[in-house]
Amino acid sequence: MDVWQGLVGQTEIISQLRRLAEANAARYRKPDPSADDASADSPSADDASPVLAQPTAGDETRVMPEADPDSDIRLAHSWLFTGPAGSGRSNLALAFAASLLCPDGGCGSCQSCLMARSGNHPDLRVLRTEKVIIEIDDVRDIVAASYLSPSISRLRIQVIEDADRMSERTSNVLLKAIEEPPSSTIWILCSPSEADMLPTIRSRVRTVRLSTPTVEQVADFIVTADGVDPALAMRSAREAQSHIGMARRLATDADSRARRDASVLVLLGIVSSSHVAKGAQDLVAIAEQDTQAAATLRTERDRSEFFRQLGLPLDAPVPAQYRAQVKAFDESNKRLIKRSLLDGVDRILLDLESVGRDALLVRMGVNDGLINVERAPEITAWAAKRTPAQLVGYLDAIAEALTRTTRNVTPLLAFEAMLAAVIDKEAVS
Amino acid sequence: MATKVPWNRPRTAPIVLVSGSESVTAERAIRSLRRDARALYPDLEYTTLDAVEYSPGSLLSLAGPSLFGEPRYIEVTSVEHCSDEFLEDALRYVVSSADDVTVVLRHGGGNRGKKLLDTIRKLDTAVEIECSAITRDQDKQGFVLAEFDAAGRRIHPQALRKLVDAFSGDLPELASACQQLIADVAEDVTESDVETYFGSRVEATAFTVAAAAIAGRTGEALVTLRHALSTGASPVPIVAAFAMKVRLMAKVAGVRGGGAQLAKLIGAAPWQINQARTEAQGWSQAQILEALTTIAETDAAVKGAERDPIYAVERMVRCIAQRESILHV
Ligand SMILES: [Zn+2]
Repeated sequence: MDVWQGLVGQTEIISQLRRLAEANAARYRKPDPSADDASADSPSADDASPVLAQPTAGDETRVMPEADPDSDIRLAHSWLFTGPAGSGRSNLALAFAASLLCPDGGCGSCQSCLMARSGNHPDLRVLRTEKVIIEIDDVRDIVAASYLSPSISRLRIQVIEDADRMSERTSNVLLKAIEEPPSSTIWILCSPSEADMLPTIRSRVRTVRLSTPTVEQVADFIVTADGVDPALAMRSAREAQSHIGMARRLATDADSRARRDASVLVLLGIVSSSHVAKGAQDLVAIAEQDTQAAATLRTERDRSEFFRQLGLPLDAPVPAQYRAQVKAFDESNKRLIKRSLLDGVDRILLDLESVGRDALLVRMGVNDGLINVERAPEITAWAAKRTPAQLVGYLDAIAEALTRTTRNVTPLLAFEAMLAAVIDKEAVS
Repeated sequence: MATKVPWNRPRTAPIVLVSGSESVTAERAIRSLRRDARALYPDLEYTTLDAVEYSPGSLLSLAGPSLFGEPRYIEVTSVEHCSDEFLEDALRYVVSSADDVTVVLRHGGGNRGKKLLDTIRKLDTAVEIECSAITRDQDKQGFVLAEFDAAGRRIHPQALRKLVDAFSGDLPELASACQQLIADVAEDVTESDVETYFGSRVEATAFTVAAAAIAGRTGEALVTLRHALSTGASPVPIVAAFAMKVRLMAKVAGVRGGGAQLAKLIGAAPWQINQARTEAQGWSQAQILEALTTIAETDAAVKGAERDPIYAVERMVRCIAQRESILHV
């Protein structure tokens, strides 16, 4: 089971990255004859450097390893993995990182691969956040680490998940490090799209664009990973619109499914202004329950891990010297929950958007490829009472609501304005 | 030991620490120090430094020995959030400060930079101006008197009490009320001046603005809005007040049933239900929903989507008072 196992879709990209990692490993096994001191404990600077090319590939002499003349991705110093939320871009980035650290190019079973998988590899540094923005100090820390030499591997890999959540000022701290990294350091950034990154950063990275996995690919993955029934896996992947994490939750948690269905029914039941106000309130409550369920699970896991690291029992009072640390930990968790409430709100908006799209398809006489197949009869009846123009107006209102939530509009107001667009204004004037 | 002085009797020294969380009094103290220094040396070399975005060495080079010993005046802001580099330089500088240089450090409270504060407090060359939070009415009256003093004006004792009563909230509001009276009233300020300017202040809340707009009284709504904004109300809570009122109207519109019964269903007090019903009279559901959309749009605008939050709130007030959709403006 190599490091690429368990990823969803992206077969073409994976095969290229795999070839690249294997070529990189091969070069270390059979060093260039002209550099025969490479096996010494203190390799020269040149030999410590892997086969690297800057994205502006002017320097063709060091671009490709001999071992792999037909690889079409070069081992650049800085990478950007892009793909929509839930496409698995971070997992792919981590697999690539592990493959570059592994002496065999990603075997999945050696010491290096095991450490990378458990998040304990000394030469792999991952910056992840669930906050709305990445703190500048966190980036300063990881930048400082980028100047260290690797301790057990030939390379040091630095991954920043959600690199789009950096302010311009923070991005510039990173930019300086990316401009002239030490020869043994590789940066891998992840973001939804290239447009989310500053042009100055974009111009210095090699971009790997993930495609949204197909519903079938996500379903197959869930069947293998979670052992759920294939029909349920298909339905979950479809309803999650191929968002891998969401699909897994729907497939494995009946409450999640019930909440999604409840939000769809809220929309289909709106006929008056009091429904709009009440419905928006219900949707916020659903987002909160969703967030709470997900956060409770994660917080409990993180908190017990944190206590374990401090060497403290979970059920005893916290000794005075650790109280500040525990308090800081709990505070930062509160911020995480705020961030994930917004994720919950966005998730509901995407679900309701899928209902709007289904309704428009049905209204145009297309009955194939619906997302909410289980609610097709209700959606059909709902669509029949509306003109296609009204349905398009509703889809616009959802897009507007998504924008508004990113601008910190109160979720309740964002939902109200969106549901207001569902009402036939003529009918209620 | 550093000499401690109150904010309204500031004194200069080579090192001046302006401590405490009350930004208005700190600002007044710093302004008065600067004015005195300029009166003494018209050609004073004056610099400000931000302790957060501090480039290492700049304090030491600005305050370092100069050729002709000309006086220099350096103000440092945000010391409570200062960078490590600043802290390091400041700790070095304060113990060997120069006589011809005045360094004014503004520290707004908190533990950051405590070592620097402790060091300064032990120095004979330093003065600490304490600007702790002003909460007692007596201190607020002292603040008002100082504001009038500084402007060379007088306020009657009854007027003073009335003014402090009207602005029981935070100090910036009280400060701006003082400035308004000083600017608008020609003679000594009397009780009836305060009555004229701020007597209706208690009612000039966000909810009054919303009630006037919903009732269609555009002019009154805009005037009360102006008033609320000029006495320190900020756009975001005003939008929130509109949202609460219109949301309740949306909930009661077209719904039958007694107030008490509905109150339980909707989660509001019976009097709120009755008020919302009265307010919703003459509104169609479509208009109420359009108002909700306008409010959502304005919420985004005042939270940064548009440049001018005041304009956005005024537009919302007009749209709602005239029952127009924001999309048609
Ligand atoms: Zn391996």
